Amino acid sequence: MAGTADALIVQDWRTPDRGIAGVLSFIVAEAALFSIFVVGYLFYLGKSLNGPYPDQVLKTPVLATICLLSSSGTILFAERALHRASIGVFRLWWAVTIALGAFFLIETGREWYELIYHDHLTVATNVFGSTFYGLVGLHASHVTVGLFFLLIVLIASLRGFPVDTQRRRITFLSWYWHFVDTVWVVVFLVVYVIGK
Amino acid sequence: MSAIGTPVQKARPFSLSDQLYLWAATTDHKRLGLMYVTCSLIFFLLAGAQAFMMRLQLAVPNNHLISPGLYNRLFTMHGTTMVFLVGMPMLAGFANYLIPLMLGARDMAFPRLNAFGFWAFLFGGLLLYYSYIGGGGLSGAGSAPDVGWFAYSPLTEKTFSRGSGTDYWIVGIMLAGLGSLTSAINIIATTISLRCPGMTLSHMPLFVWLMLVDSWLILIALPPLNAAQIMLLIDRQLGGRFFDTQAGGSALLWQHFFWIFGHPEVYILIFPAFATVSEVVPVFSRKPIFGRQAMVVAAIAIGFISTSVWAHHMFAVGMTSYSNAFFAAASMLIAVPTGIKIFNWLATMYGGKLRFDPPMLFCCAFLFQFLVAGLTGIMLAVAPFDWQLHDSYFVIGHFHFTLVGGFVFGMFAGIYYWFPKVTGKMLDNRLGKIHFWVFCLGFNLTFLPMHFLGFLGMPRRVYTYAGGRGWELPNMLETIGAAIQAVAILCFAWNVIRSIKHGKAAGDDPWDAWTLEWACPSPPPEYNFEVIPVVRSSRPLWDLKHPQDPDWQYE
Repeated sequence: MAGTADALIVQDWRTPDRGIAGVLSFIVAEAALFSIFVVGYLFYLGKSLNGPYPDQVLKTPVLATICLLSSSGTILFAERALHRASIGVFRLWWAVTIALGAFFLIETGREWYELIYHDHLTVATNVFGSTFYGLVGLHASHVTVGLFFLLIVLIASLRGFPVDTQRRRITFLSWYWHFVDTVWVVVFLVVYVIGK
Repeated sequence: MSAIGTPVQKARPFSLSDQLYLWAATTDHKRLGLMYVTCSLIFFLLAGAQAFMMRLQLAVPNNHLISPGLYNRLFTMHGTTMVFLVGMPMLAGFANYLIPLMLGARDMAFPRLNAFGFWAFLFGGLLLYYSYIGGGGLSGAGSAPDVGWFAYSPLTEKTFSRGSGTDYWIVGIMLAGLGSLTSAINIIATTISLRCPGMTLSHMPLFVWLMLVDSWLILIALPPLNAAQIMLLIDRQLGGRFFDTQAGGSALLWQHFFWIFGHPEVYILIFPAFATVSEVVPVFSRKPIFGRQAMVVAAIAIGFISTSVWAHHMFAVGMTSYSNAFFAAASMLIAVPTGIKIFNWLATMYGGKLRFDPPMLFCCAFLFQFLVAGLTGIMLAVAPFDWQLHDSYFVIGHFHFTLVGGFVFGMFAGIYYWFPKVTGKMLDNRLGKIHFWVFCLGFNLTFLPMHFLGFLGMPRRVYTYAGGRGWELPNMLETIGAAIQAVAILCFAWNVIRSIKHGKAAGDDPWDAWTLEWACPSPPPEYNFEVIPVVRSSRPLWDLKHPQDPDWQYE
């Protein structure tokens, strides 16, 4: 009798995917990391003893923001294409995602170039410089890591690797990308809306 | 013909290089767990030796055995090592070894990540200790970090902390923290996803439950420290202004950031002890744990409240009265779930058939000592009281009662309890009891007088003191106590070394216990379970041993 009961337990036994648990835990830890930088930025608003100050030098990066946020949509289209097993469409949307992310990074780079060479704002200039480059830089480094992994998938796919066998991992990668985009919403609000 | 036809029957014993390779390249949770615990114990001896040197220096007034600079480095390295290189890896080691066995799984969820975490921790630790050699940096004006384990700003700024000691502190701790973070992620994923059939959350052993809550705490508490450390590194290496008070930076912010990590951290450290005691007490009382659900709820409550008590470390810096009141109240609130736990352990013992083997002895001492630590904790949570005793030896006494009287005693209980499972040999009972009584005596002799020293006004972190203030006797007693503790630790080390070779064979289940790890052989084979077990209650081995009266009839 115990044997039958055991068999019933085994038959109905389901546990969540370990990848889901792992990736979500990782994202929680990342969120905790970012939250401290965000708190630091807010705490130091208006505490700089010398200029340049945020309202003098910061220009709202509208186009870059639109690009990064829409890349969350394009990666979703890519995933859907993968579920329909249309590899060509997947590659297209995946490449668009990378392009949008890369454009965002380039824009950040230009913004920094402008700030450093034109406005003479470096990480050592004042508290605003430290917190600005700290927070935006932490986010940009996450975009860079994300781009690196997106690129690996694209190259593998172009070289004929059957990426549709790795849907689970690609979903996890897209979650990371969505997370990086979400963080940008917070960074954008804090740095370019509240902080200016 | 014979050369081809005869299969190799006798396995050649592994050569030394093979053995080394097996350990270095392993992803097996048991080997990694063992390596974590072994490294942790080695760091424990090291940090213990540092503490002993400090005690020697403080034995008599106006002592000049150790220079002030060396003393600063000693207490910094002692604290840092004990928290990050003893406590955290001990926790990770126990969790790694036991959780898959308790859940009826064959490994952790991410074995390679697990190995990565271990090596990150080990090299982080080595990097921290390399500071003794490389801490001078290019200017040659430094050595190991000497800024205290919480590295208060602005002491850590380039101006005040020359050389590279603080940088080694930052990078070493970040690496070791990466190890803790990966094992936390691993523990959560394992607990959620790799439970064997029937191992519902309500059947899960309390050890696993507590480590799950613990891992959650690591997940949200450790990254804030890393964030603050990144800021500090930017300050030191790139000339940033985060904590530069000359440029509008705030030294207070570092304190907040550090303790947002630091206070959950002490709960992170005490949870493995709670977890171990929750396993040992029922088995040695021959009763199921009292109030299982209440224990789980209390653990979650502690995990929740412990994230909002951090500023009770900062009453003396002059926060607003509202902040003081909030953090004092939150700190006292946490005594409620902790009290529930202590009462439940006592209620488990009550009316039980107690067996006083070393694991149980350590648990009993844990209960008393942790209670004392909790009570002095409530005293310190009262802000005006804290103003009187802040940064005094009272605080040192308090947190050593939690971390030694609580954590270390709990871990010793765990080592005596699970050593037979890990090695297949029993630790010697008589030596174990000697270890216990000597350690208990030494511990209390060292740390009880500290409370009174605090009342008498002795500040912490002084390398020496003047005579004639009534501090001589307590200090001398503490140093004698430290020596007694050292004897106890040597006794323990001797017991381990001797028992590995000549210990009594343990068998699969020497304590007549009820959780799944005792169902597999000692030591467990690499695959843990030949057949993945099926569980129907929170005491699966009880069900197996008593088929006429299984637990699942009542649960």
